[in-house]
Amino acid sequence: MPIKVENLSFVYNEGTPYATVALNNVTFEIQDEEFVGIIGHTGSGKSTLIQHLNGLLKPTSGKIYINGVDITDKKVSLKDIRKEVGLVFQYPEYQLFEETIFKDIAFGPTNLGLSEEEIEKRVYEAMDIVGISRELADKSPFEVSGGQKRRIAIAGILAMKPRILILDEPTAGLDPKGREEILNKIKEIHDKYKMITILVSHSMEDIARFADKIIVMNKGRIEIIGTPREVFREAEKLEKMGLGVPQITSLARELQKKGVTIPEDILTIEEAKEYIIRYLRGTKNV
Amino acid sequence: MFRNITIGQYIPGDSVVHKLDPRIKIIITFIFIVAIFFINKLSGYIFAVLYLYLVIAISKTPFSYILKGLRPVIIILLLTVSLNMFFTPGGTVLYTLGPLKVTTSGLRLAVFMGLRLIFLIIGTSLLTLTTSPISLTDGIEHILKPFSRIGVPAHELAMMMTIALRFIPTLIEETEKIMKAQMARGADFESGNIVKRAKGLVPLLVPLFISAFRRADELAVAMESRCYRGGQNRTRMKQLKIQPRDYEALAVTLIMVLLIVWNRVWTW
Repeated sequence: MPIKVENLSFVYNEGTPYATVALNNVTFEIQDEEFVGIIGHTGSGKSTLIQHLNGLLKPTSGKIYINGVDITDKKVSLKDIRKEVGLVFQYPEYQLFEETIFKDIAFGPTNLGLSEEEIEKRVYEAMDIVGISRELADKSPFEVSGGQKRRIAIAGILAMKPRILILDEPTAGLDPKGREEILNKIKEIHDKYKMITILVSHSMEDIARFADKIIVMNKGRIEIIGTPREVFREAEKLEKMGLGVPQITSLARELQKKGVTIPEDILTIEEAKEYIIRYLRGTKNV
Repeated sequence: MFRNITIGQYIPGDSVVHKLDPRIKIIITFIFIVAIFFINKLSGYIFAVLYLYLVIAISKTPFSYILKGLRPVIIILLLTVSLNMFFTPGGTVLYTLGPLKVTTSGLRLAVFMGLRLIFLIIGTSLLTLTTSPISLTDGIEHILKPFSRIGVPAHELAMMMTIALRFIPTLIEETEKIMKAQMARGADFESGNIVKRAKGLVPLLVPLFISAFRRADELAVAMESRCYRGGQNRTRMKQLKIQPRDYEALAVTLIMVLLIVWNRVWTW
């Protein structure tokens, strides 16, 4: 289900004194199975952009094609789009409302009009994926911990079996352990189900680790787009936007300046370790 | 979808009208309301129209916003006008429709009540359009203060209003957010019959209430941790002070009132 966005612009409160341009001529493409990171500051237009991808917002101008279908067309059923494009909002635990965890996760599939057996199958499957024990199914979603609530909310989207999964700051407000768990889960889901995954974040570290492609947004425009290595090579530009590169990348750049033979587009600690060890051995041998 | 509510919607500006002391503005609005009910001849409304025109022109309030404020009360307006028109006895009968009779005095009363309501709404929405909610509650608190001796909790009332006003945009935003989140899960808020729609609101209302209570709790803790304990001996950063322009505004208003009194008593 490739995504293609063409010249997308969006203006909030159009025609009032409060009009603000949230998106300005945004164009990009996402291929099947890609893991895409969208990064940018608060107010850079990331959240506005992803809300266009499942028809929650209608563009002021521009086109959005999902699997070749223009979803800005009035004839396209929004229900069909939302079935395919699952969107997990920021702090999704605030949308929980049912008496039991089971019922809450079943809300999405029920709205899709599935049979009861199918709903039950999907709910338990989703609970397994996010790592919520099946014994909790009849508990109230308000009784469990914050991290669990968030996973329940994500399960609510997964149970709809979307072919495109979008997550808006899924780690916001979680402790380091919770962040790690959620991110690894997302990666696991992506690898297992091969769905397009779009992860919105303002943490370079989170995005650098998993993304095949990074979209850097600034003031409603796409500033840089490319593979993590391509993006992090533009460190100065990123710093100007106040985003910076992952700490390990910036360490590698500093080392390179000091004469260490290490590429400047290092992404992970493992990679850096390899190069540094190789360099240290190299100098020792001399 | 929630953005077209104008009653109580402030348009920032820096005209003289915007800068007037909120106490004076509230008092002036009150005087204006009494005056328009005092008018008993159509010619008297000339002064009210002139006065409103003056305020609108000076404050540069877009006329469309004033009309928007009138829209929600159209039904009340129509109801008042038709009740007065059909059920006032006396005068000569102009028109009969079954049991309903339109009399001259009925018609007269209907026209007056209609005009009064329209002026009342325009006058009060001008107050809220040109005064920020915060200074409005500030003004109300000051005006109510003398009554605190007889047990009117002036400060508490004003604080409650301030908090309520402060949270309207927050709750609207929250509502939109939750609606979107549930729509992303396939919820449908727009189609179906009344029962179905009411049921459809549950996924919206439950999270909304939970978050409203959470916010209230957090706010209470935040206020208490900063030693808030009601209005006693509280000082303020911005003291309200009557300026010459406030007296001028009051003077202009009094002239309007005098003209209206003159119109009622000495002309016909």
